[in-house]
Amino acid sequence: MKKLRGRFLLLLVVTVVSCILALPSFPGLYQSLPDGVKSVLSHQGLSLGLDLQGGIHLVLEVEEERAVEIAVDRLRKSMEDLLEEKAIAVDGVSREGSNSISIDLQNESDAEEVQTLLSDAFPNFVLQEHSGTRLEYELSSDDVQRIKTSAINQALETIRNRIDQFGVAEPLIQRLGVNQIAIQLPGVQDPQRAKDLIQKTALLEFKMLHESKVALDLPPRVEKGQEETVRQEFEGKVPEGSEILFETVEESLDGSKYSIPYLVKKDADLIGDLLQDARVTMGDFNEPAVSVTFDSKGAREFDLVTAANVGKRMAIVLDGKVYSAPTINERISGGRAVISGTFTTDEANDLAVVLRAGALPAPLKTLQDLTVGPSLGKDSIEKGLRTTLIAGALVLIFMIVYYRLSGLIANVALFLNLVGLLGALSGLNATLTLPGIAGIILTMGMGVDSNVLIFERIREELRLGRPVRLAVDAGFEKAFLTIVDAHVTTLITGLALFLFGTGPIKGFAVTLCLGIGINLFTAFVGTKVVFDFLNRRKLETLSI
Amino acid sequence: MMEIVGKTSVDFMGKRNVAFAVSGVLVFLGIVAVIGIMAGWANLGIDFAGGTAVQLKFDQPLGIEEARNALQAHGLSEAELQEFPQDQKLLIRVKTETTIEDEISKQIIEVFQEEFPNHGFVVDSSTSIGPTIGKKLQEDALIAIVLSLVGIILYIAVRFEFRFGVAAAIATFHDVLVVLGVYFLLDKEITLLVVTALLTLAGYSLTDTVIVFDRIRENLRRRRRETVSDIINNGINQVLSRTLVTTLTVVLVLVPLTLWGGEVLHDFSLALLIGVLVGTYSSIFVASPLLLLWPGAEGKLLSRGK
Repeated sequence: MKKLRGRFLLLLVVTVVSCILALPSFPGLYQSLPDGVKSVLSHQGLSLGLDLQGGIHLVLEVEEERAVEIAVDRLRKSMEDLLEEKAIAVDGVSREGSNSISIDLQNESDAEEVQTLLSDAFPNFVLQEHSGTRLEYELSSDDVQRIKTSAINQALETIRNRIDQFGVAEPLIQRLGVNQIAIQLPGVQDPQRAKDLIQKTALLEFKMLHESKVALDLPPRVEKGQEETVRQEFEGKVPEGSEILFETVEESLDGSKYSIPYLVKKDADLIGDLLQDARVTMGDFNEPAVSVTFDSKGAREFDLVTAANVGKRMAIVLDGKVYSAPTINERISGGRAVISGTFTTDEANDLAVVLRAGALPAPLKTLQDLTVGPSLGKDSIEKGLRTTLIAGALVLIFMIVYYRLSGLIANVALFLNLVGLLGALSGLNATLTLPGIAGIILTMGMGVDSNVLIFERIREELRLGRPVRLAVDAGFEKAFLTIVDAHVTTLITGLALFLFGTGPIKGFAVTLCLGIGINLFTAFVGTKVVFDFLNRRKLETLSI
Repeated sequence: MMEIVGKTSVDFMGKRNVAFAVSGVLVFLGIVAVIGIMAGWANLGIDFAGGTAVQLKFDQPLGIEEARNALQAHGLSEAELQEFPQDQKLLIRVKTETTIEDEISKQIIEVFQEEFPNHGFVVDSSTSIGPTIGKKLQEDALIAIVLSLVGIILYIAVRFEFRFGVAAAIATFHDVLVVLGVYFLLDKEITLLVVTALLTLAGYSLTDTVIVFDRIRENLRRRRRETVSDIINNGINQVLSRTLVTTLTVVLVLVPLTLWGGEVLHDFSLALLIGVLVGTYSSIFVASPLLLLWPGAEGKLLSRGK
């Protein structure tokens, strides 16, 4: 009889351990545990999948080519500044393609000087062609690669900073493959705002308004949606080196929006990566605004630009859209500026966050966007729990009605199954998804099958006239292989699904495989133990 | 002892021609469905084809026709709509070749905000899948399918003697194809979850076949004087109760799941439900008769009967 007691003990231990493992999933119960126990357990049991908690899952791709272009743009400006500093007359310094810069000199004789100058200051650029007054430089492929790699890392950093400041609990930000980033923000309350925050390129530029007469021809207001038409209208008329950008204004009375066109110089006089800080503040009319502080280099440049342009208007441009175009009343040497526009407090706050965290090195392309609102999550959990209870009840009732006392034993095994499953899922810190709940329900139905097969076999043996004890043993023995077969085939597909399934499906595969594995245990150890115990009483008949 | 079916002696093998005919039609449907999927004209979910899906929950019910018209008026005429009237939810899917930059989900939401300002709603979920990710999901799904099939076939080869193995394999494929065909007929969307259901049922359908075959094998070992047809018939009759009850327990949990499990799981659980029922049918009426079809079955099965 020792064997019996040993098995009973094993069952008991497993059940208790499962219960303990499952505790972290029930925060109320968990909190009341003594600290000693808490230190052994993981502090987080089961976690809820995105489809149960709500939240966003994004896969973004960093547009590497653009990153290179943007970096080369910056270098182009530096080159231009350098040539100006050395008083070398140029017709133009412009970017060609994504990684070349061409310089059109006014005097061919300057060419040699320029070449020496540039090879010193910009060693990463290689001279490709020299024809008369034109010099063409190309960025070395090593450097191009370097820019691409650092673009991804910088994007990761910037996104992390932005999300940090937004304050989402347990965000997941990961690099995927070569140039993709996976972001998961569970439990986010305002998904659209979060997405906007992440994806703002946040390229801040300060551009002077162009004073050509063409500017006077621009319409004072443009209907929202008509911006492209206006651009096309003025296609040939805008002077070289300028472009039309728009500001969106919201009518405070009825909330309708319209755009104001501005003719601005294409080249920015200042770029936003010279910012040191950005804060929300109150503007002149008590509306939310963002006050930015430049670093020392930026402050100096700002000083120069404002000094040279007193009385003129400067457009503050973010991601190609004009936020405001104030007039420069005086030279500003303090390195501070205020960006005002029609912001809500939220918008001002988000802008400040984004300016503080820095600009993205390149635009991000969305490859996948899965957003689950919190309402659906709660809905799904409710439905899942309710269905589990109903399905469970149906199975329990059937088993008792059809197999009587034996059915009751099977039911207890089923219950132990669930406890064990919960313990295993919690212990593994598994993620529960809606299909995962379906998997649990399925294992209830499939798990009971083990007992059905055993019981049917026992019934057959009893019908043949075998004594109870032998019938029971024969039943378990002969059904063993069939049950293992039955479960193995389901496990095979479960495993394939686990390896290649995405989030919710993986959740299903996990609960299915674990459930079936645990079921094998309870069917053979659990149910058998009870029957053996009953057998000790030398039963004449069996309630089956 | 309560029994669902008492001692039966149904001539299953005798009815096999009818069964083959019925199965033939259904399997043909399934094959058509597979071709449809590969050719691209089957109703593939956005997780395979790429696209956008937005599910909205309304405070008051909104007619599906109204919604459709509103979307059409805003240039979203290729949107497919599905309604869940008991929950006041509407599912809008757009599958055309659009990039995520077009922000279709935002557009859809704006349409409803504009056209129905008195119908408050909450965005249950929105999914946008670009074509590259869609392709990757397709590949992953295919790998999972191939892996499962290889696993199942290997398992069958090890556990069963050749003829039994082939019959079991055909029965399993039959089950998956039938469900696929039914879904194709009903123009239901084939999503990753549906594929999951199909794979799960492939594994499970084998279970049922195993129960029947185990008994047939056992009987073949013992009796030598009856015809193979009779042995098979008797075998099935003996385990009839068993196969029916195991299927019943699974059906008992799948019915609530299909009816009340929510719209996300509906297609998944329905596929499993149909599949499990078909699985039982196929073990009796497809797998077993196939044993008889084997040339020289009578002699070979009896002598080898392993």
